[in-house]
Amino acid sequence: MVRLFLSGDGPQSRILGAVLLIILFSLAFAPFLFPGTRSLETAARICIFIVLVASYDLLLGYAGIVSFAHTMFFGMGAYGVALATRYLGTGYDALILGTLAGAGLAAVFALLIALFSLRVRAIFFAMITLAVASAVAVLVSQLSAITGGEDGLNIRIPRELTPAYRPFDEPVLGLRITGRHLNYYLVFFSCLAMFLIMLRVVNSPFGRVLQAIRENAFRAEAIGYRVVFYRAMATVLSALMAALAGAVFAIWLRYVGPATTLGVEIMLDILLIVVIGGMGTMYGAVVGTAVFVLAQNYLKDWMGGASDATSFLPLVPDLLNPDRWLMWLGILFILSVYFFPTGIVGRLRGQN
Amino acid sequence: MTRAATNLAPEHAPKMARLSLAARLEPWAPLMLVPALILAGWLSIASPSSWLTLTVSGLAMGMMIFVIASGMTLVFGLMDVINFGHGAFVSFGAFVGVSVLLVLTGMTGAPSLVLNLLAVGLAILAAMAVTGAMGFAFERVIVRPVYGSHLKQILVTMGGLIVAEQLIHVIWGGEEIFIGRPEMLKGSITLFGATLEKYRLVAVGLGLVLFLAMRAVLRGTKLGLIVRAGVENPDMVQAMGYHIRRVFVLVFVAGSALAGLGGVMWALYQEMITAHMGMEIMILVFIVVIIGGLGSVEGCFIGALLVGLMQNYTAFLEPKLALISNIALMVAVLMWRPQGMMPVIKAK
Repeated sequence: MVRLFLSGDGPQSRILGAVLLIILFSLAFAPFLFPGTRSLETAARICIFIVLVASYDLLLGYAGIVSFAHTMFFGMGAYGVALATRYLGTGYDALILGTLAGAGLAAVFALLIALFSLRVRAIFFAMITLAVASAVAVLVSQLSAITGGEDGLNIRIPRELTPAYRPFDEPVLGLRITGRHLNYYLVFFSCLAMFLIMLRVVNSPFGRVLQAIRENAFRAEAIGYRVVFYRAMATVLSALMAALAGAVFAIWLRYVGPATTLGVEIMLDILLIVVIGGMGTMYGAVVGTAVFVLAQNYLKDWMGGASDATSFLPLVPDLLNPDRWLMWLGILFILSVYFFPTGIVGRLRGQN
Repeated sequence: MTRAATNLAPEHAPKMARLSLAARLEPWAPLMLVPALILAGWLSIASPSSWLTLTVSGLAMGMMIFVIASGMTLVFGLMDVINFGHGAFVSFGAFVGVSVLLVLTGMTGAPSLVLNLLAVGLAILAAMAVTGAMGFAFERVIVRPVYGSHLKQILVTMGGLIVAEQLIHVIWGGEEIFIGRPEMLKGSITLFGATLEKYRLVAVGLGLVLFLAMRAVLRGTKLGLIVRAGVENPDMVQAMGYHIRRVFVLVFVAGSALAGLGGVMWALYQEMITAHMGMEIMILVFIVVIIGGLGSVEGCFIGALLVGLMQNYTAFLEPKLALISNIALMVAVLMWRPQGMMPVIKAK
């Protein structure tokens, strides 16, 4: 049964299995284990980022394609929901329609970009996605009449998903259940489902062909697989999943704006998580995201303290300033690509 | 016998097939795109004076993008290395150059063209020295371990760009810096009723000189010959006994220095610099490198002019579509010539 759900791709390592179980358990019972708004926010963020990162890994780790437009697809899903609720009113139909519209738009965009760049040279893809993604980001912040510009849009969602709604009079397991918790479980289960679907995809014959293309595109073509078709399909699938994750994110956050969905920093976070967790392993997304989001929450505080403590030294406090968090991420990123290319999961599985 | 054999042969009357006009024009087609775009601009912009202003600023912008992009396209052609961190050199060049100009206020403020140009020259030299040295270190530390793997190159050089951008924040602080142009380069001249900023004319001139100098080096010197041969077939050049790695390092350093120079020019063009500027320019640079044909300096030059002109014309006609129009340009060129306008034929 478990094998069926995991598509025959188990953790293959006791420690990794234990870590994954702990993460699954903590996320599944997050409202009960870690009460408080902030920890619930963190848990939902981890769920959504697992899907977002896994969908990126589908492209980077399995198909060997570097894309810088992943946040654009993520944003399309989020803006799809926001615009649908704005024009169609507060209801589940609007949410579903917005999600589908956003995902459809992302798929079409991904197909177009893929056909334009991948048919010539896979390396063009990275540059073209970077250009298109920044053009879209600029456009979104300029077309403020539609997208709300830099301020973004607030999203009204059905009352059952908001903190104001209380389904039970009595506390359950010591927790007063609100709509916010229902919303969390919506996030959790949709993310779990999407993750398992992606696990299924990468372990299907389709996924094997992608890996073959990653290892040697020329040979895969010679064997008779249409490389462009497989690469384009991987792009579309990855964009679709990213857009769905974006829609879930918008429903959870009840807000969408350029900084939260389209920002360069999010793209960098995704890249870093994939590399740290382990490229080409879906579980890398899970472990990487959990480690990263927790580290982000606590390391920044630590850096602030260290910066104050070293204020008598020249330059060191500037380097340790929490605003320079991105620099240390960059260094960590370079080092992991060099010395740690299989990531945490690869290490735990004993591959080097 | 021989006579009979020749008689058996068909009548052989060689004649020179005249190529049709279209076939003869085809290799030159990319060159005609620039005048064609200028003409299209003239048709769509009603007033000739604003058209002239926009054309000059488009050319100035194109020249600057060319200076930045040329190094990147050669580095790719020579060693198949794609450097996403190229924008870091632009930002560093701009910050170093501006710091020098801010120190030399005595020279930039003086109403003397010689002193002004000397100050700008010193700023450019300082910027090129710093970014050249940075390029050397970047090649050693970041690029060298990942030869041969595009995926790792893209990831690692992107990481390098982020670290460099953050280092600018550490050294110069997070705020943008405003910089006035030197005294004699301020203001504008009027020509046929159009106002042409002096600095833009200087930028066009400088870019043109650099392009011609680069062409002269590539076409007229032995080093240029090795570089051009290396772009077409590095293994063969290596087999001839030339140390292709060393040539590559040289080109990388030169390309980084040129990016630094481009950064100073850009800083004086915008009169404001931020740590993020390199990344923003890189988006246009990528478009230029792609439409020019990876590895081709001439294609890069034409592509840069097209992008600069397109950016300025659309910014005037429909400001929100400026960046989108360049992406449309890229799409159109790729549909016409999927390998770019002037692809380098690889002997592999």
